[in-house]
Amino acid sequence: MRSLMLALRALRREWRSGELAVLWLSLTIAVAALSGVGFLVDRIGRAVELQASEVLAADLRVESDEPIAPDEPAQARLLGLTTARLTMTLSAIFNGDANQLANVRAVSAGYPLRGRLTVAERAFAAGIATDAIPAAGEAWPDSRLAAALGATLGSELSVGTRSLRVTRILISRPDQSSTFVEFASALLINDADLASTSLVQPGSRMRYVLLLSGGSAQLDAFRRWHQLHAPHHERVEDVADASPQIGDASQRAARFLALASLVAVLLCAVAIAMSARSYVRRHLDAVALMKTLGASRRLVLAVNLWQLLLLAAVASTLGSAAGWITQLWLVRVLQGLLRADLPPAGPWPAVVGFIIALAVLAGFALPSLLQLTRVPALRVLRRDAGPPALSFLGAAAPLLLAIAGVVYGALGELSLSLWFLLGLAAAVVALGIAGALLVRAAARVRGSAGVAWRYGIANLARRRAESVTQIVAFGLGIMLLLALAILRDDLVTDWRASLPADVPNYFFVNIPTDQRADFERELSAQGAHLTRMLPMIRGRLITINEQPLASLHFPGLRGRNFADREQNLTWASELGDDNRIVEGHWWSAADQGKPLVSLAVEYQQSLGLKLGDRLRFDVGGEDYDVTVASFRRVKWDSFRPNFFVMFPPGVLDASAGTYMTSAYLEPTGGAMAQLVHRFPGVSIFNVGDLLSQIRAVIDKAVTAVQTVFLFTLLAGLTLLLAAVQASREERLYETAILRVLGARHTMILASVLAEFALLGAVAGLLAATGASLGGAWLAHALDLKYRFNAGLWIAGVLGAVLVVGVAGWISTRSVVRVAPRTVLY
Amino acid sequence: MTRDIVLEARNLSKQVSSPEGPLTIVRDVSFAVRRGESIALVGPSGAGKSTLLALLAGLDLPTSGDVLLAGERLGALDEDGRARLRAERVGFVFQSFHLLPSLTALENVMLPLELAGRGDARAAASSMLERVGLAARVGHYPRQLSGGEQQRVALARASVGVPAVLFADEPTGNLDTATGERIAQLLFELNRGSDTTLVLVTHEATLAARCARVLSMDAGALIRDVGASAARSHA
Repeated sequence: MRSLMLALRALRREWRSGELAVLWLSLTIAVAALSGVGFLVDRIGRAVELQASEVLAADLRVESDEPIAPDEPAQARLLGLTTARLTMTLSAIFNGDANQLANVRAVSAGYPLRGRLTVAERAFAAGIATDAIPAAGEAWPDSRLAAALGATLGSELSVGTRSLRVTRILISRPDQSSTFVEFASALLINDADLASTSLVQPGSRMRYVLLLSGGSAQLDAFRRWHQLHAPHHERVEDVADASPQIGDASQRAARFLALASLVAVLLCAVAIAMSARSYVRRHLDAVALMKTLGASRRLVLAVNLWQLLLLAAVASTLGSAAGWITQLWLVRVLQGLLRADLPPAGPWPAVVGFIIALAVLAGFALPSLLQLTRVPALRVLRRDAGPPALSFLGAAAPLLLAIAGVVYGALGELSLSLWFLLGLAAAVVALGIAGALLVRAAARVRGSAGVAWRYGIANLARRRAESVTQIVAFGLGIMLLLALAILRDDLVTDWRASLPADVPNYFFVNIPTDQRADFERELSAQGAHLTRMLPMIRGRLITINEQPLASLHFPGLRGRNFADREQNLTWASELGDDNRIVEGHWWSAADQGKPLVSLAVEYQQSLGLKLGDRLRFDVGGEDYDVTVASFRRVKWDSFRPNFFVMFPPGVLDASAGTYMTSAYLEPTGGAMAQLVHRFPGVSIFNVGDLLSQIRAVIDKAVTAVQTVFLFTLLAGLTLLLAAVQASREERLYETAILRVLGARHTMILASVLAEFALLGAVAGLLAATGASLGGAWLAHALDLKYRFNAGLWIAGVLGAVLVVGVAGWISTRSVVRVAPRTVLY
Repeated sequence: MTRDIVLEARNLSKQVSSPEGPLTIVRDVSFAVRRGESIALVGPSGAGKSTLLALLAGLDLPTSGDVLLAGERLGALDEDGRARLRAERVGFVFQSFHLLPSLTALENVMLPLELAGRGDARAAASSMLERVGLAARVGHYPRQLSGGEQQRVALARASVGVPAVLFADEPTGNLDTATGERIAQLLFELNRGSDTTLVLVTHEATLAARCARVLSMDAGALIRDVGASAARSHA
């Protein structure tokens, strides 16, 4: 208890003198960064967990691309189950001239069978739960759709050939995903209105869902019946099937944000190590004196441990509070991507924050503080008597353990943790080497600079290790922010700008075979330039070289998706100039009707296929065995119809399908509305809308990640504070000498500004270089042209000079004002 | 004669507050020093020598009284004004050298010239370092120099601007006897060669004896002012 009292007293004293301020601040920021993300992840996790039974809006779902036979719901009801119908299709929705692609969801009474809808009178307002569904003639757009269309209550929306009145705004529904997966917004309508919209046409792309709920025995009985009687293309899904996917998506998103926050945590840890070291240096005398007066090593140790524990408690409480606010902001930024009714977070992230704070202190501050307990009492007589030097193991082992613990604790996956640490280490080493070289180069040329600059540069060069550490910290923080800005602004804009002006801006999908000619005529009459029109048939790959897909393992997510889902298949005799054969041969006229297939390289790579492999496709219940004849590289941004899987003509021709095409069309809402009315089953995708929607998602995601990366910049600032604090006595002394020699305030201030502005400039320069290289690499990987962006460099360097310069000036203010007489005493 | 007075203390007093009440460290000190003169301030520890030096050089302000340095009243100048005056007219040598560790020997010597706005700083500093025998060490940093070498750099820095007054606070205090002797010789040589007034604070009787005048202090007051003209011949 005595040690606790002593620790409290010492902490109070040091609190007043600001001794531990930097350590405390760094710890608080580290906890805030990690817990901010933690709280968000916790909320998403809870949403997934709480609503696991609701994600299907039912206990069991039967899904199919074909209408579900009426005997299925009849059988279900016979078994005592409750049923509801849900039919989905994509269609352009109009409000006057404004239009937007949306997922039209026609529901029958009783939907949702599990969970509840929430609705409001305004978009993005707080929702009120309801058991109703839109009545006939009514439509409930979700917030995003209502906002995009400018629709409010009472607006008349054109859905296919029908006009429906908006009576509610849909805020949330149980079967919406919890995280970043759904692009299209949703429109809820009554099942009774579906037929009159004419959206359902032969061959149009629909998704039919039968929702079921009831006791598990009845559900099992239905499953058994379904296996025996229902067509095999129907898919039955229960909660156990659905939740891992949802969990996966949110975990991926969470891990990405956790990665972003970890950079800040590790930089803060360095600041903590730095300030712990200078704290120890300043307290050697006091501890020696305590020992001389009879304090045991054990007491000194206990006092120090108590101090760390108290610091961790205060910092993690405040850090968690800041994290909570951060999380509120993140939810706001991600509005529309996350479900509106996220449950509140639990206390766990705050507990994790405390553990992290302790781990960081134990790894980065404790070794130095333990040194303090080993100061010999002799130091009161001999100033040079210090504690024995820390062994490499003593210093490095706790540090590495703490890093490993914190990173693994936050990411929860060994290989990802290792990759993260390797990547971070590589970036730190690269920035460190470049920073050290630049500092050395600046020191070389300082002779030609004025006295303030020379002195500022000399300071930077002398404290090289600290300077380079700060350059790395700021460089890393600014680089990450700039790289995201490139991703968001430059790459997306460049890509759009690089497309020719007459590149197709509309895709038309689900064109019924019998309306194909009419549709082409109508489009041409409106002055559209049509690209090729290709047939489109749904089919599923079922075996590769006679091996069922279920028995094969595909490492990548994309491969698994290709294996799990139905594909759009097509056939053509001509290869467009946006396709290039990279292996094998495109078919000749003689090959028509032969069982061959040509695959896009993405498909080939994801499934690990080679020429000559035999594939079996199930198309509408019929099996087709084909041999891989060629691989194609497809230029997807030609915005022309393209398919992963192409057959020669004469193989699939007999199967019922639809056509798709794309065209450039002067965008006048009236013409589009007319087209939708005449061909209601045709889905129209406006490329601009799609890009805007993708852009909006990227914007939100990037802003969220940037928010987290701001902590990295804050961590850089604490590092600067720690470095200034560590050099405070030297600075005081040197400023006093300068004053004695006749330096004015302005000159000393100028030298401080020169030092930190240069530090910022070097960090900004390296950050802009790194971000540009990253951008160029990304552009190369995405096959885009990367244009040098001078604005980025200016923003990077000026921003860094300003931030670091001002921070440096503020943190050294009191040092600059030192009285010259201190030199003599 | 007043024309020759380069430094003058007029009824200087310095009081500081202490837990036991106000404490007088310098008590009503008055004296004048002529151009080119060398004076030693001697006295036991706590006599107020360093405080008096700080007041004379404008590093600190008196509670009452005033200092005239090179014709200017320090009390009438603000802190930057006093800094300017120091840059132009004053040199310093300290017991613990006080070189700036981030600057090379040459840069340290250039510093006062640059602060005074002199354009020929580099050439003048180089030649000064040559005079103190450190031509080969110009690019070295203080940590790479011995104590004696550091003090020679400090001497070069103090003398390079040909100051009106050179203040030296125990300049040989941190050096062994032989090195201290060489530094003292150099100090007086530079003083003689440039008509600079030398104000020396020292404990060492032999060093004090080399000065033209010895002012003794005790308990903050000037108790003796021995202007032994005979001493001049020893210097």
